[in-house]
Amino acid sequence: MSDLWIIVTGALVASACGIVGCFLVLRKMAMIGDAISHSVLPGIVIAFLVSGSRDSLFMLLGAAGIGLVTVLLIQLIHQSGLQSDASIGVVFTALFAIGIILVSVYTRDIDLDLDCVLYGEIAYIPWNTLQLGSLDMGPKAVWGIGLALLLSVALIGIFYKQFKLTSFDPTFAAAVGIPVALFHYLLMSLVSVTTVASFESVGAILVVGMLVVPPATAYLLTDRLGRMMIYSVVIGCISSAAGYYAAQFLDASIAGSMVSTAGFLFVIALLFSPRHGVLLRKWKQRRILADAAAEPFV
Amino acid sequence: MNHSPLEIRGLSAAYQKKPVLRDISFTAPEGSLIGIIGPNGAGKSTLIKAVLGLIPRLSGDVTIYGKPYAQQRKIIGYVPQRESIDWDFPTSALDVVMMGRYGHLGWFRRPGGQERRMAMECLAKVGMSDYAGRQISQLSGGQQQRVFLARALAQDASLYFMDEPFVGVDAATEKAIITLLNELKQQGKTVLVVHHDLNTVKEYFDWVVLLNVQLVASGSVDSTFTADNLQRTYGGRLAILERDAHSELINQT
Repeated sequence: MSDLWIIVTGALVASACGIVGCFLVLRKMAMIGDAISHSVLPGIVIAFLVSGSRDSLFMLLGAAGIGLVTVLLIQLIHQSGLQSDASIGVVFTALFAIGIILVSVYTRDIDLDLDCVLYGEIAYIPWNTLQLGSLDMGPKAVWGIGLALLLSVALIGIFYKQFKLTSFDPTFAAAVGIPVALFHYLLMSLVSVTTVASFESVGAILVVGMLVVPPATAYLLTDRLGRMMIYSVVIGCISSAAGYYAAQFLDASIAGSMVSTAGFLFVIALLFSPRHGVLLRKWKQRRILADAAAEPFV
Repeated sequence: MNHSPLEIRGLSAAYQKKPVLRDISFTAPEGSLIGIIGPNGAGKSTLIKAVLGLIPRLSGDVTIYGKPYAQQRKIIGYVPQRESIDWDFPTSALDVVMMGRYGHLGWFRRPGGQERRMAMECLAKVGMSDYAGRQISQLSGGQQQRVFLARALAQDASLYFMDEPFVGVDAATEKAIITLLNELKQQGKTVLVVHHDLNTVKEYFDWVVLLNVQLVASGSVDSTFTADNLQRTYGGRLAILERDAHSELINQT
């Protein structure tokens, strides 16, 4: 039973991340997920200090708030003239460092250590269950991540055309009256919520990996946005299941194995994809050369 | 009720504090093809973006058929510059054309069969029906431009803004586009086109706006597109050869 819960949690993380990750990859903002997953630390600590509990809801709100601040700061610094990758680097390392100071100053005697907040362990999920009265509702993480997934699916489902157009052609979107900035921040909020809901229980490596690797793999396999999102979810779920069994076999880190499996699938897609595949392109080039050589010059 | 399709009064705009448009005023006549002409950095694209509210205005008023832009979005069509498009985006030609209907659908309605039919009609008008399912990076430059023109047609507008639609297209596509623009004109629609090639101005347009940060002149091609005005627009960077009452222009730089 605990096997199943771990795989289900991994698949939920992969699905939630895979959906919002597609838009991050297409907007050339893949590293934003990485930035948010680190910079939310001060948000989590502040939420903890204010609420005095490790209740997930407060943590989630605090983290989501800081996630948005991160995105705003990155944009502000980028607009004042610094390259966007450098602005991302400056903002998230600074916020992460502030978070570390907060942790070391205020929470010395309390049970809130870095490993537990930022690098949760997916293997412990089945034992941290949600109790409703005397009823066992299953692991807490499944509920948290499931809700985040539901939120993403609902919002992106309702506003699919807006998310698509603002990602593809923001100038045109603005011209036809779609509030481009609103959907940008809505997407960033979804990324923050997804990231925070996931990594508290499964670890940052799994979240950051699932935000980028399955969408990037799906991007190589299709020319349609809708299909890209579906492939991304499917690839994420396969990685989660196959990664779990690989981890059992090797007696290794579960999150690490899941992301490595996703990486392996990416390499396969990179080599064999029908459109972007390296091998196919090589073969086509050789065919063209062979055809040209076979035809006698006039 | 007889409002002009586009009336601009005292428009100024800036990119990051550097003014790129200063005190522009003109009134565009309905049912005409209007060329926006000027050297690089004259603010031609900026003029369109300022009118469409894509960059903030410093001052001035813009009215479209007598009303502000925000109320008239549904009767405006727009073809952005080619460089602003992400050609590797996973989307097909038909999909792009359907995006022309998104503004009309409002917040919640989804594009459906009706939008698809309309998009196919627009693709047919630009001769691109056979390429509806192609991913956009697999089209040639001319074909890509036709798709984006079809998207503007799908907007079913009365006033069109086109930012350099003739850049990077072959001669056949240029002819096809200009034929289409003339059809729009026949239907009483007004089209503003940012244009580079001075040799074709007299052939393509009825009306011109000569721009170099400030408005140099605006009016009918016959009265406004003169050697004197062009010298003022391009600041003496053009050599003008008078030959048989026609003036041919050669860019010196």
